[in-house]
Amino acid sequence: MSEAAASRDLPDLDTFREEIRRFLEAEAPPSLRGARGGELDGIWGGRKERWDDKPDRKRWLDVMAARGYTAPTWPREYGGAGLTPAHAKVLHQEMRRLELPPPLIGFGLTMIGPTLLQFGTEEQKRKHLPRIVRGEIRWCQGYSEPDAGSDLASLKTRAVREGDHFIVTGQKVWTSYGDQADWMFLLVRTNPEAKKQEGITFLLMDMDSPGVAVRPIKLISGSSPFCETYLDRVRVPVSNVVGRIDGGWTVAKALLGHERSMIADAFGTGGGRRARNEAETLAGFARRYLGEREGRLADPVLRDRLAQNEMDARVFELTLQRTRDAARAGQAPGPEASLFKLYGTELNQRRQELMVSIAGPAALGWEGPGFSEEELALTRNWLRSRGNTIEGGTSEIQLNIIAKRVLGLPD
Amino acid sequence: MQLVRTEDQELLAKTAADFVAEHSPLSRVRTLRDARDPIGYSPDLWRQMAELGWVGIPFPEELGGAGMGLSELAVVMEELGRVLAPEPFLSSVLLGGGAVMLAGTDEQKKAWIPEVAGGRTQLTLAWQEPGSRHHLQRVATRAEKEGGGYRLVGEKIQVLDGTSADALVVTARVSGADDDPAGIGLFLVRRDAPGLVAERQWRVDSRACARLELRDVRVAEEDVLGEPGAALPVLEEVVDRATVGLCAEMLGGLSEAFDRTLAYLKVREQFGVPIGSFQALKHRAARMFVERELSRSAVMAAAAAMDQGNPEARKLVSLAKARCSDAFVLIGNEAIQMHGGIGMTDEHDIGFFLKRARAAEMTFGDAAAHRDRWARLSGY
Repeated sequence: MSEAAASRDLPDLDTFREEIRRFLEAEAPPSLRGARGGELDGIWGGRKERWDDKPDRKRWLDVMAARGYTAPTWPREYGGAGLTPAHAKVLHQEMRRLELPPPLIGFGLTMIGPTLLQFGTEEQKRKHLPRIVRGEIRWCQGYSEPDAGSDLASLKTRAVREGDHFIVTGQKVWTSYGDQADWMFLLVRTNPEAKKQEGITFLLMDMDSPGVAVRPIKLISGSSPFCETYLDRVRVPVSNVVGRIDGGWTVAKALLGHERSMIADAFGTGGGRRARNEAETLAGFARRYLGEREGRLADPVLRDRLAQNEMDARVFELTLQRTRDAARAGQAPGPEASLFKLYGTELNQRRQELMVSIAGPAALGWEGPGFSEEELALTRNWLRSRGNTIEGGTSEIQLNIIAKRVLGLPD
Repeated sequence: MQLVRTEDQELLAKTAADFVAEHSPLSRVRTLRDARDPIGYSPDLWRQMAELGWVGIPFPEELGGAGMGLSELAVVMEELGRVLAPEPFLSSVLLGGGAVMLAGTDEQKKAWIPEVAGGRTQLTLAWQEPGSRHHLQRVATRAEKEGGGYRLVGEKIQVLDGTSADALVVTARVSGADDDPAGIGLFLVRRDAPGLVAERQWRVDSRACARLELRDVRVAEEDVLGEPGAALPVLEEVVDRATVGLCAEMLGGLSEAFDRTLAYLKVREQFGVPIGSFQALKHRAARMFVERELSRSAVMAAAAAMDQGNPEARKLVSLAKARCSDAFVLIGNEAIQMHGGIGMTDEHDIGFFLKRARAAEMTFGDAAAHRDRWARLSGY
């Protein structure tokens, strides 16, 4: 449905705000107000989700999904709410006002959903999108391989056609939440003779298929959501190809764009880490470890780094806002998603390093007594943040993209 | 706060860009410098800019201005900043004119602002002294009460357009020690005032500046601006507004230096290929692009916040000044490096941007100073 068609039967923004406000106040479980909804504590849904100890979260998901508010801008025929971006913004503002967590998160909403809307067949859209909206199916991403990282197009996982099926054999790595997911979208090589970008196909695969094995990966920061996925003669129906056979690279790149936007957004808006009181701010944290002298943070060098970090974060937020404002005003898009992925992840790394510097020896704990929970998390978060500039396309790849596509520098 | 230009602002930017393309090439900086031009800008172009209404942008309509905001002035100053245009927006419109607007009585405003807004009278602000660096409260110049007026004694340096201004708003101390926040006053000194000696200073960026000696300069009662002794807050407000304008100029300058460097990377060949194909340069060019985009967001936010009286406005001014200072110096340095040997020659224009970058960085506080102010304003 076009935006104009969608907006025709939508109320004006003020009326809509009133409606949303009444709806949220009536339907949102009060216990969720102030709850966080980031990667670690968000509502991911899926067949493996255990709702027993969190009925309120299930109810929150269900009431929102029933109205399509888990995917507010998706068309109604696929389970979305058909909202314009302006209406969706109102919805998010009203949710923020009540400090409500997102009713659903995950790669279905942020990556494969938008990609299917763009490239999927009618049948694929009708089958998969409503189940994403309702949180019934959780998705994971099968892109990277042990020998295909930044050079993704060199991937080796083979798919050989046998009648109505592809027989898929190979190994995927860095499959986030592969052990929790129900379906995987993956890239496979269907034509080993063609130029490397031209022999790739984009597939949708049920993780319950025979021949799929998943093993978690331990990182320098300890246990992680990442997995290795082994595929041994897995049968995938040909009807699960998104886009053209051998034409998967176009689909893959479009999805990477959605992924970069998602990562940038997570870092830009602070994800689940927005401070809710003074003690939770970086300054509050620094005050606890450094103390004050004459009303100012006692260490002038760390004070300067702290100001730099806060200012970098603020200007990054402003740039995200500028891009959104320009898009709403119908102006040409400003800086690309690559900019946000690049800057957001490096900013987070600087923040984690600064927090370690501020905490000093208290940031060195791995486990056990003598360190608070917060301090142990600090250490792990710092180590984990080193991966931010690698996953989802390294910083160097983002710089290449900016140089080529934005600045037009020659190969 | 909307971080997007209105249609009117887009039109203004287009008009300014066209004007610059037609009348104000970067080579003007060189011509004025090499001629050792005493006033350092073009009175003819200044008159045209006034006729276009730009000089009056931030002043109220009833005082002969256009009744617009810093956001609009920033749009024009960015375009002028692209070619390092030396006309006295910063000194006369924002500093001198700003001081009269914010500290003056209705009578003083009526006497001065229509003339300033029309570009017929030129003002400036003399606040900096030897050793004061960017600290506005470090004022050693003294103002002694004498009859209904005052008598000023002291020295001011790097007064922007100080030899061509018709009158100068001078900061001077009526009480307290040299670093005391209290005790500062603002005084209008006319150029022909006995005891005022102004000599042209020649800075690295060729922007016209003056050193002033105030040898018992008498200021009449009607030329005292605001309440003597309580001027610091209003002085800070004036300089914050001027800082937004300066940041817009810096944004223009760093954008132009970046664009020129990017163009050079595409045409300059070494080893048989354009040097822009080398990843070592590509990545650095991409980082400069990021800095330019972030700088633009900061400048737009600072201008909008000041126009709307946003409680965070002062922090956003510091954000913009710190960002633009770092970005302009980075791009100024990289521009020379990427141009190679030719970039080091005086004959090539690219060096003008680095010189302006440093001068602008030092004006109203560098990045470190504004990080410190951000920290203070944030309570740490």
